[in-house]
Amino acid sequence: MSVKSIGDYSFTPKDKVENFHGNMLVYMQWEKHLSFCAPLAFPLPPDMPFGDLVAGVLAPAYAVHPDSENVDFEKGEWQLNNVPFTPDFSKSLQENGLSHKSVIRVRTPGLEGLAGADSAAG
Amino acid sequence: MTVHKRTKKMGIKERYASMTRDLGWETSYQPMDKVFPYDTYEGIKIHDWDAWVDPFRLTMDAYWKYQSEKERKLYAVIDSFAQNNGQLGITDARYLNAVKIFLTGVSPLEYAAHRGYAFTGRHFRGVGARIACQMQSVDELRHAQTQLHSMSHYNKFFSGMHSHKMMHDRVWYLSVPKSFFDDAMTAGPFEFLTAISFSFEYVLTNLLFVPFMSGAAHNGDMATVTFGFSAQSDEARHMTLGIEIIKFMLEQDEANVPIVQRWIDKWFWRGYRMLALVSMMMDYMLPKRVMSWKEAWEMYFEEAGAALFEDLGRYGIRMPKYHEVATWEKDHLSHQVWSTFYNYAGAAAFHTWMPNDNEKSWLKDKYPDSFEKHYEPRFDHFTAKKEAGERFFNGSLPMLCNTCQIPLIFTEPGDPTTTCYRESEYKDDKYHFCSDGCKDIFDYEPEKYIQSWMPVHQIYQGNCGGAELEDVLKWYQMDLGVDNGDYHDSEDFKMWTEWSENQKKAV
Amino acid sequence: MVRTVSITLLNNDDSRPVLQAIEQDNPDCEIQQLPSLIKVDTSGPLRINRGSVEAFLGRDWEVQELHLSLVSLSGEVDEDDDYFELSWGKR
Repeated sequence: MSVKSIGDYSFTPKDKVENFHGNMLVYMQWEKHLSFCAPLAFPLPPDMPFGDLVAGVLAPAYAVHPDSENVDFEKGEWQLNNVPFTPDFSKSLQENGLSHKSVIRVRTPGLEGLAGADSAAG
Repeated sequence: MTVHKRTKKMGIKERYASMTRDLGWETSYQPMDKVFPYDTYEGIKIHDWDAWVDPFRLTMDAYWKYQSEKERKLYAVIDSFAQNNGQLGITDARYLNAVKIFLTGVSPLEYAAHRGYAFTGRHFRGVGARIACQMQSVDELRHAQTQLHSMSHYNKFFSGMHSHKMMHDRVWYLSVPKSFFDDAMTAGPFEFLTAISFSFEYVLTNLLFVPFMSGAAHNGDMATVTFGFSAQSDEARHMTLGIEIIKFMLEQDEANVPIVQRWIDKWFWRGYRMLALVSMMMDYMLPKRVMSWKEAWEMYFEEAGAALFEDLGRYGIRMPKYHEVATWEKDHLSHQVWSTFYNYAGAAAFHTWMPNDNEKSWLKDKYPDSFEKHYEPRFDHFTAKKEAGERFFNGSLPMLCNTCQIPLIFTEPGDPTTTCYRESEYKDDKYHFCSDGCKDIFDYEPEKYIQSWMPVHQIYQGNCGGAELEDVLKWYQMDLGVDNGDYHDSEDFKMWTEWSENQKKAV
Repeated sequence: MVRTVSITLLNNDDSRPVLQAIEQDNPDCEIQQLPSLIKVDTSGPLRINRGSVEAFLGRDWEVQELHLSLVSLSGEVDEDDDYFELSWGKR
């Protein structure tokens, strides 16, 4: 549906990729680790290798979580835009199919947050 | 005592008719459609504006009389509060953090409402609706002024209260209430009244004002209690405007029903999401609690809302869409929101803390199905880290919902361990949402929400003072290391502890 | 289901005769005390009669004085010189 309005009603989106100075927005979450209250947002270069995103962005963001000591994200179960996918760690974000405002989720069976697998809280 | 007959010139009904309805006229120099150009484009069909009912039948003379009486009472209390060092009478300085949220999040909305009702009142051709809106516009201005005035006393002593207006416009979590009202004010006059008068004032406002003001009373905050109830005494009149606008639209034309239903669905959800802030105030920020968010939801939505929507059923109106999601969330909402502000205490203009043992038993008692299982482990971890001198702060910016602008902190209905993600594509761009309710709102009017000023995205675009967190917080006009951070590391805490110790010594 | 009507008043001196009148004229109502508030619920209608309030108060009383201590309500309002009533489904 369109907006009912008193005149022409069309606008440029405020968050177009061009506004991010060569970066694109990527959202990430280590699932079940809800002591980090929400997925995280980062502006990243599209040619960044996926491995760098994991080692240089995702892992440091969650570093203070107690599960971080034991995690091997390479063995994680990944989703891209809510669909299961297998990332190639040596290829770029773009080559892995990420685009502006993509969502990356990783689940690590066995590491399910502070309360363990039963309630998987935190 | 016998009831004597009154020998008044006019009764309430007559007085109302002559002093309200008789003030309007059919224009002749210009067509009515040109004088009132905005009350038809939304598609609402009105055949007879005279059918508008104002049950309170308040006329302008009576309005001034009672409002001035309210003001006299209020200012007497404010003076006495300030002269008697009322700030010392609160239960605990933690409490004031709720007042800081109120000042930066709610009072600016009162001012926005003043503007919204002035505009809306101008644009209805029906005189009954026009006068009700104009009175409300004056009320809302009064609320903004008296709130700022009352709370200004705390600003002399406590942090985070020095720049409410700029903060409302800029700070990330305040974009939630700000965008809510901007959304309503940029709609047409009928949608505005459905949004604010009905969905907010009638259906949801009790959840904001009643428990919160009662909480203020319980925690010795004379200033907030007094302005709160002074404002609330206008609220009953606002609520009747809300119910009247809905019934009026529904009775005027059957074609209005689906439009009204969609607005109710939208504004119920938007209002409910905004009240997430209130849930955490009730369950975590009041040192002496009044009732839990869950209890308030049951009393004011499940019970009172059910009666209301059963009554509206005869017009073909059903309960707002996703009300069952909101009811499911009552066990989780306040814990998820408090955890969020604990995560981001470094970037907020108020302080957070972890509940003590007494407070934890209260939470377990009020939330037997959720607190211990899902939230206590998280909070115990936070407490342990704090005691070890490693207070947890989330150093990364969160992903936001494109409609309500709250981070994606809510979990899938029925599964409190999995974050709820919803997504839409519009003109080759992705948009993300925290819930089906927020996704539906976007999908119906995407052009409106692609303009959303999303704080996290604005920071990354370089529009908020700089690239470092410190630059952004300065741009927010926050006093770093004073306004933000953990309560127990704050100047508020230090000062309060000194005051309390002096008081003990004096005794 | 029972459709409750409800009125919430400030717990202050102005409200006391109003509450006394409500209790007298609406014997089935339930009264709940909250800090600084009093909430009255009933399956409705809930009626406040000017005459009853005046009898408890000992002076003339305008129904619209209610605005000074009203906090919240649930139900449709019918107000005239001599009474204030809340109910559902009358309209």
